[in-house]
Amino acid sequence: MKILVTVAADYIASRFDLCTEVLIAQFNEDKTGPAPRTVLLPGPSADELCSLILKENIDVVVCGGIEDSFFKYLVWKKVVVIDRVIGLSSKALQLVLEERLHAGAVI
Amino acid sequence: MKQNESEGLLLDAVDVSDVINGIPHGVALIDKDLRIFRMNRILEVMTGYSTNEVQGIQCNYALRTDCDELLNKALNNGGGPLILEGSVIDANRKKVSVRITASPLKGRESADDNLLLVIEDISMLKEMDIKLQGSPEKKALLGNSSKLQEIIELLPVFAYTDATLLITGETGTGKDLLAEAIHKSSKRAKYPFIKVNCGAIPETLLESELFGHVRGAFTGANADKPGMFRLAQGGTLFLTEIGDLPLQLQVKLLTVLDDKEFYPLGSSKKIKADIRLITGTHRDLRQLLDEGKFREDLYYRLNVLRAHMPALRERGDDVLLLMNHFLKEFNNNLGKKIKGFASSSIDYLLRYEYPGNVRELRNIIEHAVNICQGTIIQMGHLPSYILSPGEDRKNTEQLSEAIDEPTVIGASKKKFASWAEIEKSRILETMMETGGNRSEAALKLGWSRSTLWRKIKHYGLE
Repeated sequence: MKILVTVAADYIASRFDLCTEVLIAQFNEDKTGPAPRTVLLPGPSADELCSLILKENIDVVVCGGIEDSFFKYLVWKKVVVIDRVIGLSSKALQLVLEERLHAGAVI
Repeated sequence: MKQNESEGLLLDAVDVSDVINGIPHGVALIDKDLRIFRMNRILEVMTGYSTNEVQGIQCNYALRTDCDELLNKALNNGGGPLILEGSVIDANRKKVSVRITASPLKGRESADDNLLLVIEDISMLKEMDIKLQGSPEKKALLGNSSKLQEIIELLPVFAYTDATLLITGETGTGKDLLAEAIHKSSKRAKYPFIKVNCGAIPETLLESELFGHVRGAFTGANADKPGMFRLAQGGTLFLTEIGDLPLQLQVKLLTVLDDKEFYPLGSSKKIKADIRLITGTHRDLRQLLDEGKFREDLYYRLNVLRAHMPALRERGDDVLLLMNHFLKEFNNNLGKKIKGFASSSIDYLLRYEYPGNVRELRNIIEHAVNICQGTIIQMGHLPSYILSPGEDRKNTEQLSEAIDEPTVIGASKKKFASWAEIEKSRILETMMETGGNRSEAALKLGWSRSTLWRKIKHYGLE
């Protein structure tokens, strides 16, 4: 499973369209994997971020606020989007693996 | 994220919740580190979080705004309020344009400033077409027919009073638009306009949805819920499909209207209801009275003022006006450059009965604009369901013989018996428009001057 978290410092970025940094983590079935890598984006752009998500074959996106059009687009592309999440990005990753993270969660 | 400790600064003298809930915009109280310690109900609805969930969390995470950096400046603004414009992404994933007024609040026992944020939804103001096209009621209620003009003339009367208003009319006639236009023209315009479809919410949930509940009122009621009557406080509550309101709730509604106060589910504390109630229905309430499905006393209570929205088929030439309006709207939305309708399409749309009224016409035009790849909407671009032969379709054979030619909407306003009549009428109208200038008329009609001359002679228009 490949997870992308939009981040601002150690926290999940408040807005998908304003995010300039993402955390990408890949996990095997036994929930192990290499250390997550941070990708710096050239600038804030929801379109570019969507392209990156598809290019990287991301399965799950964890983010803050996301506009409906981008949300629907990603869902249509079979990406699971967990939005309106507030909290530490590392905690979010852990909760996704435990299948305990839901939209609107404050962690 | 730790719990904020500055909460007590304001709370001892007055109940802050009551104060901020009385403000008709989103309101948040934040500390010097921009951490939230109180939000009002409107902001809770906007963000999708309750105050308890986000207490102590930096406001930009909960508000999802793009002006969090500017909020820092507000703290150091020398005590004066700072007004920012930006956007937030609301709980429905909609980007909403907002004006944020950040006013520093000096704590009595602390030198640290807190901030009062008032978040005002200005998305409506941002829509340029509203700015350009004048008052919202004029935009909402488009039409020149006498039946609609009667309603528009009465609109200021409806807006001036707080009396309950019953709007009747078939589905798709614009009952919601009228209710909203009345609200926007009334003194309650700065407060919320809340619409509830009584037929769309399950009977078991409707009471809680309307009147709210307190925590523990029933299984699953984990938190207080304000209910639509409270959310509409100071504004207008529009209950559409009132004919579907269950009898049990009809009694409660009647009590609220009489007493101007109500009890949320499970609460012993009365809540004042300062709202203007407008109801709408497509059903015949008289018939429901006879069937015992609607209370007579409530009927008379709701029927203080009454407005009937005319069906589109009763509005004559408004169909053309609306076609033009929707064509312009969808051209803009979809980035198309469709110039008009073929005369056969116009004629067919003028004859169509529109059981779904304006909503159906709008959908038909949206369909046609989407399908049309050229610059003129032909018969083939109309939805197939309206073209299929039925008992109420008249003269389709005759129409099928008509040649599709571009026609500017408004050029043909009558119902014609033959193509010759249509053409004759178009020539006359164009000649009138051009003040008798044949060259200009020929250009407008897309003919050569000799063709126009020949047709004028043929129809004896000299």
